[in-house]
Amino acid sequence: MRPLEGVLVLEFAQFMAGPSAGLKLADLGARVIKIERPGSGEAGRGIALKNLFLDGSSLVFHTANRNKDSYAANLKDPEDLERVKKLIAQADVMTHNFRPGVMEKIGLDYKTVEAINPKMIYATVTGYGTEGPWAKKPGQDLLVQSMSGFANLSGDKDDDPVPVGAALSDIITGTHLAHGILASLLRREKTNKGALVEVSLLESTLDFQFEVITTYLNDGNQKPVRAKQGNAHAYLGAPYGVYKTKDSYISLAMGSLLTLGEVLKCDALAVYTDSDSWFTDRDEIMDILRSFLIDKTTVEWLAILEPAGIWCSDVYDYKKLLNHEAYKVLQMDQRLQLLSGEEVHTTRCPIRVNDERLFASKPAPRVGQHTEGIIKEFNL
Amino acid sequence: MKPLEDILIIDLSQFLSAPSATLRLADLGARVIKVERPETGDICRQLYVSNVILNGESSVFRAINRNKESFQADLKNEIDKQRVLKLVQKADVLIHNFRPGVIERLGFDYDTIKKINPSIVYGDISGYGSEGPWKAKPGQDLLVQSLSGLTWLNGVDGSGPTPVGLAVVDILSGAHLVQGILAALLKKARTGEGSKVSVSMLESILDFQFESITTFYHDGGAPTVRPKSNSAHAYLGAPYGVYKTQNGYLALAMGAIPFLGELLGCKELTNYPEPASWFIERDAIKKALADHLATDTTEKWLSILEPADIWCANIMDWDTLFTQDGFKVLNMIQKVTMRDGFEYETTRCPIKIDGEYLTSSLGSPMLGEHTDLILKELIEG
Repeated sequence: MRPLEGVLVLEFAQFMAGPSAGLKLADLGARVIKIERPGSGEAGRGIALKNLFLDGSSLVFHTANRNKDSYAANLKDPEDLERVKKLIAQADVMTHNFRPGVMEKIGLDYKTVEAINPKMIYATVTGYGTEGPWAKKPGQDLLVQSMSGFANLSGDKDDDPVPVGAALSDIITGTHLAHGILASLLRREKTNKGALVEVSLLESTLDFQFEVITTYLNDGNQKPVRAKQGNAHAYLGAPYGVYKTKDSYISLAMGSLLTLGEVLKCDALAVYTDSDSWFTDRDEIMDILRSFLIDKTTVEWLAILEPAGIWCSDVYDYKKLLNHEAYKVLQMDQRLQLLSGEEVHTTRCPIRVNDERLFASKPAPRVGQHTEGIIKEFNL
Repeated sequence: MKPLEDILIIDLSQFLSAPSATLRLADLGARVIKVERPETGDICRQLYVSNVILNGESSVFRAINRNKESFQADLKNEIDKQRVLKLVQKADVLIHNFRPGVIERLGFDYDTIKKINPSIVYGDISGYGSEGPWKAKPGQDLLVQSLSGLTWLNGVDGSGPTPVGLAVVDILSGAHLVQGILAALLKKARTGEGSKVSVSMLESILDFQFESITTFYHDGGAPTVRPKSNSAHAYLGAPYGVYKTQNGYLALAMGAIPFLGELLGCKELTNYPEPASWFIERDAIKKALADHLATDTTEKWLSILEPADIWCANIMDWDTLFTQDGFKVLNMIQKVTMRDGFEYETTRCPIKIDGEYLTSSLGSPMLGEHTDLILKELIEG
């Protein structure tokens, strides 16, 4: 039995943040029903990476919405809305990411829903919270990475700001949404009361930077400075970073520079006896290491460093990693069959319960695929 | 009432991955007791970032471990071990992030713990799982990023691998652990049954890349190619990226290229009416956009783009962000106080419940600060 079996989630959320939370809840055993507008469905169906589509929806949509049902409803149609309200009366959780004001207009704001179902966990994602001058600004991943200070942390000193090339703000926010929902479900076991759970992309992306923001707040607001080359963390001293070798790259994490110098037989490092200098002279030290590490291949360096307990690693791309034994042994991927006969080859939930991997039992749904069944099942 | 009130968590973990999980659980209302070895405690106490030391210990430790109690114990010492086992008997959750094999030697593995507390939720984080050729490798953030393919998603074509400049793997694996633990606590509340919840750093950062890995599986295993310039995503077409302006930077997300061209007065963009070309020809489109946007200020471009509902933003640093009303209204910064009166500022939990922020004024504990109290209250009593 999966831990969330018996929990019913209605997902009005679109794109990535909300649906990524719904996906985790589904993989952990909840039943997740997407409430989608008839015809086109949720907007995320149209957003594709590399123009890849399967069965009329983007591959990205199939990735984030596996293991869910779909119920088609036009929330502006009174009959449809009435049925949705009946479904709400029987659900445990609902999520949405409409901009502030939209659910009030539809008539499914928290107050109204609470009156229908006082035990409902009502969870929302916004871009920037519900008050203040940014409340109605579009909450989009890249924009929030850019506004939150985060784009200044990756890449090298002279680079332009470097955002992370994945939906980082969305995904982080989705994890927080799931945290709030699950904690509220737990509280409900004791109090029998529902909850309003709110997260925003901006707050979540700031929380993600909590270590470095705490440092900034207490070091006299010094701006983060990225290393000149091979930067991996603006706030960590040498050797932390990525270095080119004779044939590819090697990453070095934190550790004593003096020990590293001895293990590598890189005598030039021996003068940095004061560990403060590993941070203050970071660029100079990394230059020394860079010109030293270029002389041997990555495999040769790893053979020297790993047995000495130095924290280091190769740098892989997908081709190398996904064909590696260490990846295969995880059984991280799964294949799901679509109604069209096409197959989605994707990853699974990263959480294991009682040593079991959590695979999905079904692919993402077509728009309204389960409408009729749900009308009967829930007597709508 | 905070949602996790009455939940007792015994935390044997250190560094960031699992401790970031117990910080979240503490902010949600749980009582977290950090079990720390004598003298050094959590290694993170000494792991300096930017040489910033707050009240004698690293600013990072202070950020991660506020709102927790510290119980000093040497798990290799029999008396101390028995004390911790007594705590575990009373606990709802036990968390550790030792490398595979170590916890068995210490006698705190799930099979042993389950015997003394069958309903416990047992959470662990490893680097690479407990099987396979990498199981004994150090599970450190940058190393896992490097092995996971993540470093090829950021930056531009031709630059080297570009890691995320933050402990993204630690934080995500901590967040996944919290999800698993909360789900298991719900099951425990409903059925009385305990569970073991396991997360590895590698699996967590692969899950984070689920979009691009799924794409890789479906595009015939084509290598990840980052844009030549103005990159923000290796798998998205133009205009998605960051552009230099006369006085700063501008981020542009999705938008129809010809429409953008009309708005901005950039004729060249009207040559790309086909949406498919926005991906295929993204290097040329981005070059044209970058040349054009460099000719005026960020404010000027925003004043054209925002009213037209184009997704765009000014790139800010913290100095700028923290003076904005849109930031101030969030009350994202809180002050916390240690037992000796030392105060420092940090961020708060990002989740709001029933309209209330989950804040706490408790700073991080001194090593062993609560040992005597916990001995009396939970062990000898």
